[in-house]
Amino acid sequence: MTEIFDRFGKPLGGIFLGLALLWLAGMVLVPGVFMINASLRPHLPPPLRGGELDVYVLDNFAYLINHVNHGRIFFKTVWSSALVTLVTLLLCYPIAFWLAKVARRWQVAVMLVLLLIPYLMNEVLRGLAWYIILAFSGPLNAILIGLGLMDEPVRWYGDGGVVAGMAYAYLLFMLFPIYNAISTLDRAQIDAARDLGASAWRIHRRVVLPHAKVGIATGCVFVFMMAAGSYVAPALLGAPGSRWFTQIVYEWFFEIGNWNRGAAYGVALMAMCLAVVLGLLALFRVNLASAVK
Amino acid sequence: MTQTTTATATLDADLPPIIPARRLSHSGMGLLLGRLQPLAGRVYLLVFVLFLMSPLLILAAAAFNDSSFPTILPWQGSTIKWIVALFHDGEIGRALISSGIIAAGVIGLSLPVGTAAALVLTSLHGRTRGVVYALMVSPMLIPGIVIGISTLLFWRQVGVNGGYFLTILAQSSFIISFVMLMIVAQLQRFDRTMEEAALGLGASRLLVFRRILLPYLRPALLAACCIAFLQSFENCNTTLFVRGTETPLTIFIATKVRTGLTPVINALGLVMMVGTIMGAVLWEIARYRRAVRSAAV
Repeated sequence: MTEIFDRFGKPLGGIFLGLALLWLAGMVLVPGVFMINASLRPHLPPPLRGGELDVYVLDNFAYLINHVNHGRIFFKTVWSSALVTLVTLLLCYPIAFWLAKVARRWQVAVMLVLLLIPYLMNEVLRGLAWYIILAFSGPLNAILIGLGLMDEPVRWYGDGGVVAGMAYAYLLFMLFPIYNAISTLDRAQIDAARDLGASAWRIHRRVVLPHAKVGIATGCVFVFMMAAGSYVAPALLGAPGSRWFTQIVYEWFFEIGNWNRGAAYGVALMAMCLAVVLGLLALFRVNLASAVK
Repeated sequence: MTQTTTATATLDADLPPIIPARRLSHSGMGLLLGRLQPLAGRVYLLVFVLFLMSPLLILAAAAFNDSSFPTILPWQGSTIKWIVALFHDGEIGRALISSGIIAAGVIGLSLPVGTAAALVLTSLHGRTRGVVYALMVSPMLIPGIVIGISTLLFWRQVGVNGGYFLTILAQSSFIISFVMLMIVAQLQRFDRTMEEAALGLGASRLLVFRRILLPYLRPALLAACCIAFLQSFENCNTTLFVRGTETPLTIFIATKVRTGLTPVINALGLVMMVGTIMGAVLWEIARYRRAVRSAAV
């Protein structure tokens, strides 16, 4: 702790320490505690706040568990986010391998530009693009019917549309960590495995995949977290029957006005995400410091 | 692959091939697979690029369709009226300004705090460092809406409602994590003896920081500035909860989708895309040149 003062002197070191504390305490921890606090209290009209009715209860969480739909939507959000994660992983792994070990330098440069273009634009515009593609009389239906693959247009808006839009929106967050991880793999290891007679499948399973583990874990953590916490994609590409958990949280806050219950739903979402993040890291046997850097 | 085989063949001309496993791929099924694999790879690459690009092309194309709703089917004639309309649209202009104010605030807050946090983190060791590190990256691992909610609930207690101030604070709380990580990465390659030399020559600690460390961190700070801007500009989830009555660009577009979308939004997307492409190409050319140069050295 004293090192910061030794290095920068008392005044400057104090400023750095103060700023870091201000951030961690004032902007992260204390607001988090306030959220949890609010989630454990009943929603009361202002005059009754702080009165004898304002006690700690688990009502808001019980409401989530007992509600006909909300619990179901919560788990649907978890499964769909897991599906989005899996789809992006399957889509990205071959490309990441190609970029890191096969492509020539100019091919990498072109591909990186192609990848960056959609991602420097914002998520809403990416969602909007899929909104146009998936429209009932939109290009996807037209192409599929034109190819004779379907007889009638399909309503894509809904769970399927949300998953497709999200897989597109978060692709890069899966691709880059895996690409970075595979880049550090020595080509000689692949060549050695091949020379010893390993099949392509075996080389990936025994050499490349174990090496890419950290990147895969990082990608999965971020994609899952973003998918579960996304409001835009479900709002754009969903249908009335395919609501996402984030939309319900939003409703509690700004349509129904019960902030305490909204806070409880937010806490549930946060707890779920943290559990999945820690679970994934444990599953891949990767520590936080190597996953997030 | 063929090169190694011929090399082996010429070296050990009268010996049987020493790599029997390789021979398998020259027969029947192996040969077929060997031919198919690169083809399949190429097809996959093509499909992937199509998947990546077609939404953008469709988004851009719809900006030129003379239809009151953004679509490319049916094509009702080409027009540039939506692009003209974009530059006369006051609402979009205001939304852009709003996004700009927020982004400027976020940059102004996250760069100093992120740098300070990085310096504090790198001065810690052992278990403390692990704990502080986990704490510092936690805002990146928490869904954006949760950050928005907690900021909103915290500041309500002191009577501050949603608006620019809360939006800047809420966005910064996780953007600082990104800045911190980028500065830490740059700090890891820093040569501390330079600081010691300057101190030995009589410079004050403030001067050492200003003249040695800060210039060294400049590239990382610049990159962090870009990331902070992009993150702030495209943020929707956190902003949604703390925006109060402000309407930054992402929120504006999202609400338009519900209340009546016109191809003006596509025109906006097109303009942003063109800007992005130019930026990305310039950045990539610079990177490519650097890579070639460092490879040549």
